Amino acid sequence: MTRSGVIRSGVTRVAVVDYGAGNLVSIEQALTAAGADVVMARGPQAFSGADALVVPGVGAAAPAMSRLRRRGLDEPIRAWIADGRPLLGICLGLQLLFEGSDEDGADTLGVLPGRTIRLEDAPRLPHIGWNQVERRQAHPLFEGIADAADFYFVHSYAAVPGPGADALTLAETTHGAPFVSAIARGPLAGVQFHPERSGRDGLRLLANFVGLAAAGAAAPAPGAMLRPAMAG
Amino acid sequence: MLRVRVIPCLDVARGRVVKGTRFVDLTDEGDPPELAERYAVEGADEIVFLDIDAAPDGRGTLLEVVERTARRAFVPLTVGGGVRSVTEMRDVLRAGADKVSFNTAAVRDPALVRRCARRFGSQAVVVAIDARRRAGPDDPGAGWEVVVKGGREATGLDALTWAERAVAAGAGELLVTSIDRDGTGAGFDTQLLRAITDRVPVPVIASGGASGPDDFVAAVRDGGASAVLAASIFHRRRHSIAAVKAAMAAAGIPVRLATAAAA
Repeated sequence: MTRSGVIRSGVTRVAVVDYGAGNLVSIEQALTAAGADVVMARGPQAFSGADALVVPGVGAAAPAMSRLRRRGLDEPIRAWIADGRPLLGICLGLQLLFEGSDEDGADTLGVLPGRTIRLEDAPRLPHIGWNQVERRQAHPLFEGIADAADFYFVHSYAAVPGPGADALTLAETTHGAPFVSAIARGPLAGVQFHPERSGRDGLRLLANFVGLAAAGAAAPAPGAMLRPAMAG
Repeated sequence: MLRVRVIPCLDVARGRVVKGTRFVDLTDEGDPPELAERYAVEGADEIVFLDIDAAPDGRGTLLEVVERTARRAFVPLTVGGGVRSVTEMRDVLRAGADKVSFNTAAVRDPALVRRCARRFGSQAVVVAIDARRRAGPDDPGAGWEVVVKGGREATGLDALTWAERAVAAGAGELLVTSIDRDGTGAGFDTQLLRAITDRVPVPVIASGGASGPDDFVAAVRDGGASAVLAASIFHRRRHSIAAVKAAMAAAGIPVRLATAAAA
């Protein structure tokens, strides 16, 4: 159903974090098609009234982090996650959730344990194209999507959950060696692929996220996570 | 396993898809977003728009076409033609493209590739190389020369050397077109493809000369291509994307098969 056909108060509002890089038209349009009311968040004030955040992004971690800081978005994103509210990181947006990136040595948001490293044993990099996302645990984010369905990737680096954090891993994909292609912890989720560029299954995944956010908005998740220590 | 991509290329001028021979006798073939959506539904793994109308006042039209396409076709979109600066690349990405392809501008100013890769990441920067064989078609030892302006201008630059330099500068992908084969239907130049795929670590998109599904198989098997691009055989509906992919799958090449369950 299109947004115009839905009663305003029942619409799930998703704020897409806009820190000045890349193609946001696709993500905006795909979330709208998935049933969300989408706002572009160039600053943290746009978070108010949102039921969920989406952090997109391509490219390198260091310039992305500096743009997030410049727009005053980094701490509000950390606070949002610490409050146990729904967030989906896409591609670089997933990598930024971890502690740091080997790509340029950047310290990233650090809300999840682990680091972003260059894909190992890859026949060619960047890893560009459609590849299979193999489920490691059941999760409502993938409801209605076949196991090992193809999604579109475009990246050279991927996050590796830290020791003891294997439970984060929802799915893996193989390009040379297997890497983590989807993660979740409570209402926090991330995908290394681009659902907004992955046709029908991608739209389904986004609709699943919007649905989870709507459910979360109706009944806030108990036991919100502890705020991480400030990055030093 | 990573799938080999099949990519339809649409030549765009003044906001319309056009088809012609060597940029002359252009005929109107339709609305870019509409055709892109049709290809996406038929199983295209990516779409390439080539803006062949390099008129400066045509940029606004192109950006509008890119945005309308991004709002309809949920597959990746690469835009090439006429982008000469970081700012112009930013505008094309903001309009809804995922990658930008550089050809003449990169040859003239290789540092442009480096600047764009730094700003947007290598994965968004494609360098398109139009290559022509130096000597007779049966003498691969003579190598290939880079040509620009749609094949009308020779540069003296060796295609293999340029491929390596472009990747060193930050290109995340190469789109390699054989100007000898382009428009001839004589098949991809697999020797050119192999020479380049053996030299660079990034994905290479094969282009120029496709006439049937077997050509796509050869580009991957013999040329080492990560993706194959074609224009007229898809536009004229001589072969469907599904037929091409079926032939590739039968040859043992991993492809993403279009979900038949399109509701």
